[in-house]
Amino acid sequence: MTWSKTDMARRAAQEIEPGSVVNLGIGLPTLVADIMPADADVWLQSENGLLGMGPFPFEGEEDPQLINAGKQTVTLVPGASTFDSAVSFAMIRGGHVDLAIMGAMQVASNGDLANWSVPGGRTTGVGGAMDLAAGARRLVVVMRHQAKNGADKLVPRCTYPLTALGVVRRIITDLGVFDPAGDGFAVVALAPGVTVDEVRARTGAELR
Amino acid sequence: MARKSKEVASVAEALSDLVDGAHIMVSGFGLSGNPEALIEGVLATGKGSLTIISNNAGSIGEGLAKWLQAGIVARVICSYVGNNQDLQRAMDDGTVEVQITPQGTFVERMRAAGAGIAAFYTPTGVGTLMAEGKETREFGGRTFVLERALHADVALVRAHRADPFGNLRFYRTSQNFAPAMASAARVTIVEAEELVPLGGIDADDVHLPGAFVQRVVHVPEHRDLIEIRTTRSREARS
Repeated sequence: MTWSKTDMARRAAQEIEPGSVVNLGIGLPTLVADIMPADADVWLQSENGLLGMGPFPFEGEEDPQLINAGKQTVTLVPGASTFDSAVSFAMIRGGHVDLAIMGAMQVASNGDLANWSVPGGRTTGVGGAMDLAAGARRLVVVMRHQAKNGADKLVPRCTYPLTALGVVRRIITDLGVFDPAGDGFAVVALAPGVTVDEVRARTGAELR
Repeated sequence: MARKSKEVASVAEALSDLVDGAHIMVSGFGLSGNPEALIEGVLATGKGSLTIISNNAGSIGEGLAKWLQAGIVARVICSYVGNNQDLQRAMDDGTVEVQITPQGTFVERMRAAGAGIAAFYTPTGVGTLMAEGKETREFGGRTFVLERALHADVALVRAHRADPFGNLRFYRTSQNFAPAMASAARVTIVEAEELVPLGGIDADDVHLPGAFVQRVVHVPEHRDLIEIRTTRSREARS
């Protein structure tokens, strides 16, 4: 039994310390907000200039000028603040964001991250990914263990264009939880029924 | 003696001295908080060969994507292309030169320009394509890359409230790049939903002081497009 997306989000939510400032990337990481209880002690940061992001608005209460970095309509929690992009990235780059949870295309065993561009693919731009990767105090990646075409995503060295060097501390996939450990990945936890041998067969780098 | 007001009567008047080849900063995140009337106004001037400095340069055919459709853009400096098919097409055709910059570096380059700083060292992008050809230097055992200030001829920004001096207040996440852009451009033109008299914004409530603003146009109505409408059902309320 591998973990579903919701299981992965639930496991990622366990990485959040009470009272921390957390930035959630677009895609899988966004699910983390959906599974957290409404009264969770966390301050969600969105790099377009928002700290204290709440759930999606009720239908009819959408505000076009209150969005997250994924351009989705959102709400404010009591205690939220809005600010300009320079302040937002000072918060990010200056180490005032405790945790960033991001998706990835490749993570290397030395913690290198590649998550913005596929060689030969369309140029979609980088957004705030490089700033978050360089600046967040802790970076956790949530992603499928392998690409849809079966290509390895946990690798000895990234072959895709890099986002940042040596920044990933933990990876949560459909197979389990892994930490980059220099010359390989350390197994922190496995999804129920998943064996180390199975993970080894689907990992492009050494497992420890 | 009465103080001179920066209010101009129309968008056309605010943009009357725009020239071909101008470098124009435009605030907004995706289609949210765009200076919609000024974006339309630039189209009406008939000027071209423009350099757009904007985070997304439009999206889904709206906002600055209209400039791309009209063929008046030579160059774009942005952080994210994403759903901007007009920009994708222009890149594929080679008709527009696109420079991608990490978002935090993008805004800090403008903040630096507006603050009289020529360049700065940032940890963002070290060891990536973004640092290629750029000077790096170690501070405290960590490597940083040198990024230069980013100036412009004109900034077009959207504010919620303005007074005749150009003191501004912004609303929610519409603030985004507006203060940095206003400081980095030679001429900043503001499109404000509300215009109040001097003193109408309390000194403590001014987000951006009027020294950074040259012209103010009153635009009470906006389309305010929603790019991704996300909601939750009322039944889920617990």
